[in-house]
Amino acid sequence: MDRPIRVLVAKPGLDGHDRGAKVIARSLRDAGMEVIYTGLRQTPEQIVAASIQEDVDVVAMSILSGAHNHLFPKVVRLLKEEGVDDVLILGGGVIPEEDIPGLLEAGIKAIFTPGTPTTEVIEFIKANIIRK
Amino acid sequence: MSDKKKLDHLSSSFEDWEDNKVEKLLDKFPERKKVFSTGSDKEVKRLYTPLNIENMDYEEDLGFPGEYPYTRGVQPTMYRGRFWTMRQYAGFATAEESNKRYKYLLDQGQTGLSVAFDLPTQIGYDSDHSLSEGEVGKVGVAIDSLRDMEVLFDGIPMDKVSTSMTINAPASVLLAMYIVVAEKQGVAANKLRGTIQNDILKEYIARGTYIFPPEESMRLITNIFEYCSKEVPQWNTISISGYHIREAGSTAAQEVAFTLADGIAYVEAAIKAGLDVDDFGPRLSFFFNAHNDLLEEISKYRAARRLWAKIMKERFHAKKEKSMQLKFHTQTAGSTLTAQQPDNNIVRVAIQTLAAVLGGTQSLHTNSRDEALALPTEDSVKIALRTQQIVAYESGVTQTIDPLAGSYYIESLTNSIEEEAMDYIKKIDNLGGATKAIEKGFIQKEIQNSAYKYQMQIESLEQIVVGVNKFQVKETGSRELLRVDPHVEILQRKKLQKLRENRDNEAVNKALEILKAKAETDENLMPYIVDAVREYATLGEICGELREVFGEYEQTVIL
Repeated sequence: MDRPIRVLVAKPGLDGHDRGAKVIARSLRDAGMEVIYTGLRQTPEQIVAASIQEDVDVVAMSILSGAHNHLFPKVVRLLKEEGVDDVLILGGGVIPEEDIPGLLEAGIKAIFTPGTPTTEVIEFIKANIIRK
Repeated sequence: MSDKKKLDHLSSSFEDWEDNKVEKLLDKFPERKKVFSTGSDKEVKRLYTPLNIENMDYEEDLGFPGEYPYTRGVQPTMYRGRFWTMRQYAGFATAEESNKRYKYLLDQGQTGLSVAFDLPTQIGYDSDHSLSEGEVGKVGVAIDSLRDMEVLFDGIPMDKVSTSMTINAPASVLLAMYIVVAEKQGVAANKLRGTIQNDILKEYIARGTYIFPPEESMRLITNIFEYCSKEVPQWNTISISGYHIREAGSTAAQEVAFTLADGIAYVEAAIKAGLDVDDFGPRLSFFFNAHNDLLEEISKYRAARRLWAKIMKERFHAKKEKSMQLKFHTQTAGSTLTAQQPDNNIVRVAIQTLAAVLGGTQSLHTNSRDEALALPTEDSVKIALRTQQIVAYESGVTQTIDPLAGSYYIESLTNSIEEEAMDYIKKIDNLGGATKAIEKGFIQKEIQNSAYKYQMQIESLEQIVVGVNKFQVKETGSRELLRVDPHVEILQRKKLQKLRENRDNEAVNKALEILKAKAETDENLMPYIVDAVREYATLGEICGELREVFGEYEQTVIL
């Protein structure tokens, strides 16, 4: 790969809990990736538009309000509709164990819950990046 | 022997102790760490003695409970008079479901209500708005109109129960609904007791449920101050909140600093709007976090009380005692709860409860063990409430006031937190005040730096979190969690549709038109919001009119 991994860190939905998203954004940046952070209250449409415009390799979303089952799969679907199928899509936040299989099936490649070390996320991205 | 001589003697004995006793031992048995620090990364010495508080003047720095500077508490008898208000923050799904939970909590001995609203309500969108998709009823109850509020308080005596509402940007609308529902119950506004959070600055800093730009938001806030001082005199018109600042990752001292800096901005705005500091000062209240470092947290509350008293007296020349008293609500720290081995959270919450009580809180919410996973179940909420009751009735810490005062460590830490907070407030003053400091991203950046540092300390094992980076187990089986039925969103939309069909739409439109016209003037908007609410104008419609006139806040994104 001749360019650094580009990551869009996004906050879909209305919740304002961005501590996790920002800590992740910064640790990915410290690990040599290029990180774009969207800020709060992004619609799935806005996230998809930003990921195409910024030509990112990874979309990492964070939700703590419980709206993940609705919003995460919608981003995957919209990306597909735009013909984007080689972006690694990740989710994080307060997400009950039993919701995870459904989200993985919907095309989110991994779900990271509270207590995950940032190094685990970094390793996962490096190992699973689709675009080479 | 004079005090000076005594201290000199102590100082040389202390050195002897360090040189002869400690050093010798350290050769054989080194301490666990090179540097010890508080949960907020403040260095902690091996031992505190009178040398660390040699300049302390009892009457000037501590005084008596109920007397300036209120370091030891705002009331003369504190918990010997009555315990703090046990107030569990609750609300989810529909008004009907939440009403049931409130009645359950009151039956269990809770003494006040605390309403959690869902995110669309907090951001001024109706349940049928496109941005509300997936969020309706999730983190709190969905309130679209007066109709929902009538259901929410059905059968709850509003003249007896005090109610706290976590509502900020649209606080004036929800307060108006509360006033009108009470009126329908036959309870006059001047009998109502409670609090609205109404603290927009910390929304920009840390919590994120803002709508309007700062200037217009400050106007709505001062409108409420003015209206309530006449119409709802027992209402706490704002709860200036450090809670979310701390949750976002700040240190204890930053929590005090940024909260009081926000407080200064509100006082300045109200004075600028022509109000007298002693008219609204007594109705200001605060909201702090309770983290795990017991002694640091206790010191934090004491430092905040003393510093706010000085600010109100010296900076704003308040005359009334009540204007100088920092009264506060506390919530235990959600961010310290772990998804791993969630029953351990019960112990964390118990320690945090002790911190809040030993720090002299006026009311308390204790988190439930399962909040790192989902909304709490009824069983978990009961344990959380019982934790407060055990501390109140069994621990003995409520028998005397401020029992840790005079501890060399506590007093030294109280001083140190106050000093650090004062330095920050000075910096913020130099940037032009809290609003400017937020626009420049200064406050957010400071918090983010602390949050990142803390995360790195966990990953390097400098900070141990039991069950997360030490003492892990492989977890099996899933727990019973509270789930919000996805049909709530559909149900809420149907209710809204029915409302729009059945209300007097001409009256609604007229009230909204008047409100919009008044928003363009300098008039106090509260009476017009009350009028619109009474006609069953929805929250989204009212905020929509105001959005048109005021515009919306653009977040300063800082990384």
